[in-house]
Amino acid sequence: MSITEQRPVISKLEQQELRRLLAENKRIDGRNPLQYRNIRVQLGYVEKAEGSALVELGNTKVLAAVKVGIAVPFADTPNEGILIVNAELVPLASPVFEPGPPSEESISLSRYVDRSIRESKSIDLSSLCIVPGRSVYSLYVDLYILDYDGNLIDASLIASVNALGITKMPKYVVEGQAIKKTDEYFKLELKDHPVSLTYAFLDDKYVVDPCLSEEYASDFTVSMTVKSDDRFCAIQKNGGGMISPRRVIELLERSLELGKELRTVAYRQLTGGNG
Amino acid sequence: MGESITLFSEDGKRSDGRSLDELRPIRIKVGVLSNAQGSAYIEQGRNKIIAAVYGPKEALPKHISLPDRCILRCRYHMAPFSTTERKSPAPSRREIELSMVLRNALEPLVMTWLFPRTVIDIFIEVLQADGGTRCAGLTAAVLALADAGIPLKGLVAACAVGKADGKILVDLNDLEDKYGEADMPVAYNPTLDGITLLQMDGIMSKEEVEQALSLAITATQKMHKMQVDALRERFSVQRREV
Repeated sequence: MSITEQRPVISKLEQQELRRLLAENKRIDGRNPLQYRNIRVQLGYVEKAEGSALVELGNTKVLAAVKVGIAVPFADTPNEGILIVNAELVPLASPVFEPGPPSEESISLSRYVDRSIRESKSIDLSSLCIVPGRSVYSLYVDLYILDYDGNLIDASLIASVNALGITKMPKYVVEGQAIKKTDEYFKLELKDHPVSLTYAFLDDKYVVDPCLSEEYASDFTVSMTVKSDDRFCAIQKNGGGMISPRRVIELLERSLELGKELRTVAYRQLTGGNG
Repeated sequence: MGESITLFSEDGKRSDGRSLDELRPIRIKVGVLSNAQGSAYIEQGRNKIIAAVYGPKEALPKHISLPDRCILRCRYHMAPFSTTERKSPAPSRREIELSMVLRNALEPLVMTWLFPRTVIDIFIEVLQADGGTRCAGLTAAVLALADAGIPLKGLVAACAVGKADGKILVDLNDLEDKYGEADMPVAYNPTLDGITLLQMDGIMSKEEVEQALSLAITATQKMHKMQVDALRERFSVQRREV
């Protein structure tokens, strides 16, 4: 059962300060409301994984690693490879993360990242079929949250897409009934570079890319994923609170503006700086 | 995806004969269970969903309680026989996410400060699924809360909108959900002008999202009237009994 979340208490003083600053269009870490934090991407961090990326978004650290294998396809998609996204909120990242089975927060995070990659068609799953109905590639994207300073969704999507962008796929050959792995590799083709933009609402104001205290103080957040062609492939409101339709439309516009710049910065190493 | 599936007939009608902005037939009944403080049943197309509310009651174990308000617990669950292929009764990742999303959609409506240290349990059980179960379940759950006499700021009605074959349409059925291009569940309260549930997956341009959103608002306004009627029916029955 989903139970009302008990957020860590943040002091009344900090809450008031966040709101007072926001009334003047300022933020606690000196950013303006629509300013993103600095992003650092380190590609190929885990050599044992076929693709990986360590992303730092301010103090938030997310490691994404892709493991490639072969699997039996799902019955309803016999010609398609399998993509599975899983998120681990590692206990060392925050006092609120506890060991144990995946929390609803981690499930919701991985499902959002999964939808963003899948619906944007960043990966052509039909190109990952080896023997129809019998053998296809499986891509496991594992997200490791190593340090938590807010906005896991955006950081996780950036890390996943970067990791997939450098993923090398082992070649398999079919010999009769057997499927054998060869020493050769080919590059996984990335068809899109989706970015997610998360907004945290405090009263009637909002900020993009909330840091942890903003996230804790917020009424709710809204995330929107934008594809390279400026279309949306995922939206989700998280947390309680109400948002007016007018605000949603405003966020759509904001996401188109901010998405372009974020995409250039987040995937610079994949695209060679050409967005 | 789904090239062989036809979602529209030649005269532009949908697979179940509806026009683009037409809701499926909806039947709502409030007060259907004997043990729950509040309950409601909804049929929307072939969806059959029951929602029940227990509480406010003492929050146990005590550490889960909050000193200034009540907490909400929500469970969205699909019966094993509700889908074409049997679904395992164990909660799937989807059900865990939806339980959270639905709790988040209900929580802003409840005057939680009136019942400190208590818990309200909300159970949504999908008996038969036909696309748009989270929305229909939410529409019923709000009524179950109202039936339990829990003070609410307002009701929300929920409806999925989306895109199939390039057309923006309202209240997607199972087929349109599976083979369409986009699905966007929305829960909206017309008096507070507030959306409490918003999700989208699939591909839509900004203009299409806007268009879908305005369709959702019109649809949920219609459903809001049905909700009010269902509550009225419930209470007029009680008056007659007295």
